[in-house]
Amino acid sequence: MLANNLSEEFLTVTESLVRIRNLTFYRGNRPIYDNLDLEVQRGKITAVMGPSGTGKTTLLRLIGGQLRPHQGQIEINGRNVPTLKQAELYEIRRNIGMLFQNSGLFTNLTVFENVAFPLREHTRLPEAMIRDLVLMKLQAVGLRGARELMPSELSGGMARRVALARAIALDPQLIMYDEPLTGQDPIAKGVILQLIKRLNDALGLTSILVSHDVAEALSIADYVYIVSDGKVIGEGTPDEIRHNTTSAIQQFIQGLPDGTVPFHYPAKNYAEDLL
Amino acid sequence: MNNKTVELLVGVFIIAGIAALLILALKVSGLNYYPGQNTYQLTASFDNIGGLKVRAPVRLAGVQIGEVKAIAIEPKTFKAVVTLAIDSKQDQLPTDTAANIQTEGLLGSNFIALSPGYAEDFLKHDDRIEVTHSALILENLIGQFLYNVNKK
Amino acid sequence: MINQLQSLGRISIDTCTSIGRSGLFLTQVLFRKPRIRRSFPLLIRELYSVGILSLPIILVAALFIGMVVALQGHNTLAKFGADAQMGQLLALSVVRELGPVVTALLFAGRAGSALTAEIGLMKTTEQLASMEMMAVDPLWRIVAPRFWAGFISMPILALIFNAVAIYGGSWVAIDWLGVTSGTFWSNMQAAVGFRVDIVSGIIKSLVFGLVIIWTAVYQGYDCVPTAEGMSRATTRTVVYASLMVLGLDFILTAMMLGDW
Repeated sequence: MLANNLSEEFLTVTESLVRIRNLTFYRGNRPIYDNLDLEVQRGKITAVMGPSGTGKTTLLRLIGGQLRPHQGQIEINGRNVPTLKQAELYEIRRNIGMLFQNSGLFTNLTVFENVAFPLREHTRLPEAMIRDLVLMKLQAVGLRGARELMPSELSGGMARRVALARAIALDPQLIMYDEPLTGQDPIAKGVILQLIKRLNDALGLTSILVSHDVAEALSIADYVYIVSDGKVIGEGTPDEIRHNTTSAIQQFIQGLPDGTVPFHYPAKNYAEDLL
Repeated sequence: MNNKTVELLVGVFIIAGIAALLILALKVSGLNYYPGQNTYQLTASFDNIGGLKVRAPVRLAGVQIGEVKAIAIEPKTFKAVVTLAIDSKQDQLPTDTAANIQTEGLLGSNFIALSPGYAEDFLKHDDRIEVTHSALILENLIGQFLYNVNKK
Repeated sequence: MINQLQSLGRISIDTCTSIGRSGLFLTQVLFRKPRIRRSFPLLIRELYSVGILSLPIILVAALFIGMVVALQGHNTLAKFGADAQMGQLLALSVVRELGPVVTALLFAGRAGSALTAEIGLMKTTEQLASMEMMAVDPLWRIVAPRFWAGFISMPILALIFNAVAIYGGSWVAIDWLGVTSGTFWSNMQAAVGFRVDIVSGIIKSLVFGLVIIWTAVYQGYDCVPTAEGMSRATTRTVVYASLMVLGLDFILTAMMLGDW
């Protein structure tokens, strides 16, 4: 039994695609992250949630190597990202797809050209093959018929789907979603959620989902981290989170206006102020 | 705007730039004399070179056949030694050719005018022009004029 | 009093770091491994949008400036009976000063601000960040082609300006004001030296081009990614580039006339 436990632990260690240890990051004098620990399991959807302004986008940028932490390690497949040289960093990035909040589509290229971009830049595939790959990716997100449109002609939800097709163009191992559900109508939300889940399972991806849409994120995540004030204040499976009794977490989950995050901005006594 | 049109227009653009350069070179600056290709050198000493500068033209009968290459001071005689670069095709200048410093127009810059003499031998590379006339200095002229007027 | 000194110190340090950052930026843009086959089509596209689309304003400006110089020059020279010097006046003022400087100022205003806005917008809408995350270096793909396109276009535009301005002036002088064609052109040719005037004009426009395009591209790349940040960056491009052009013009003219 001991042997079994040991081998399980060994498996768990190599099961994490992304491991973050002791992450500390300052913006100016403000600590955004303070000794943060986080693990993303292979093949699973990990949601990172928390109140606005806690720097969730910053976390994705740190994982992708666009920002350098002041302290701590960020390991992807065992390689520490902040210590990598430019060439190695670019190599790792080819295995990561990222969906930005405003889709980041290139406005001077058509939908087709946008999805073909990473294929053209990183591979020497013949045109015919690129065409087939692009059409396949567009089909996966349901926008094959929109391939000649320009990004300005797309709705927000459609733009995000195109960006998703582009992010999976090179068949990455890891995909990061930065607030993909924000500002979408219920149908669009449903579409994107379903795509995230389907792609994760069908392509064997690992997904990190940053969001503050509680119900939606909890519905597809396999593991959840709640981050506030630079620290993890709660983690676990969606069920564990729903039943977590920490008041901060409950306030966030239920959307209560007052609690650990107070309603009133710090001010003098009301009576004193009026007089 | 498809690729072919763009490339065509960019090509036209660059050609227009080169054409402008040629126009400026030929029509505006009159670039048609290339010194230094086949030249031989002569020297001449002057009491006063006035406003003569390096690269000033050297003319024979009004036609440019060379330019001033260098200007220096002769330490013993305190005269100005001017080195002229003359086009090799003009190799029949008599040894008693005179070099005068003249002015372009009334207020223009100085140049060297060569007046050929009647000798039978010709000037060769590194020869010295013996007969020289310095530049006309306006102040000296005025001074002379006033002196003459006062004498009366 | 202490506050003033403090803010003066802070501004100086900020300016120094900004200049240093822009210098580093420039070296990163210049010294990238060029992938010629890939970069060439990008360069051609940018030459079109930076160079050719600036042509209309340059041509119109050149024409009118040439004509005005001819008019003004004639007005004054005729009083001294020296209107045979028209050609010389026109050519020297255009080739030495007006050509490079006016082209540079117009270029900064038109192409410089457009470049800053374009790159700034790409930064604001996270296109640059997504390109980075796709392991494509935006400095190589977006910034460098625009940089080289601007650097190559400037002297070409200045030369075209010179030619058009001189021809415009010659029409006014010869056809309208009655200066004799022969004296006009021959006096001009006698006064304008190729190496001294025209080549120094080209050198000036190369230096101006470098400064303008560097400012434009850096301000766009470094701007605060909001609408307000972008508009400030665009203004800064035009203002800084124009002032630097005028300042450098003085320095270069002093160097060139003072015998280099």
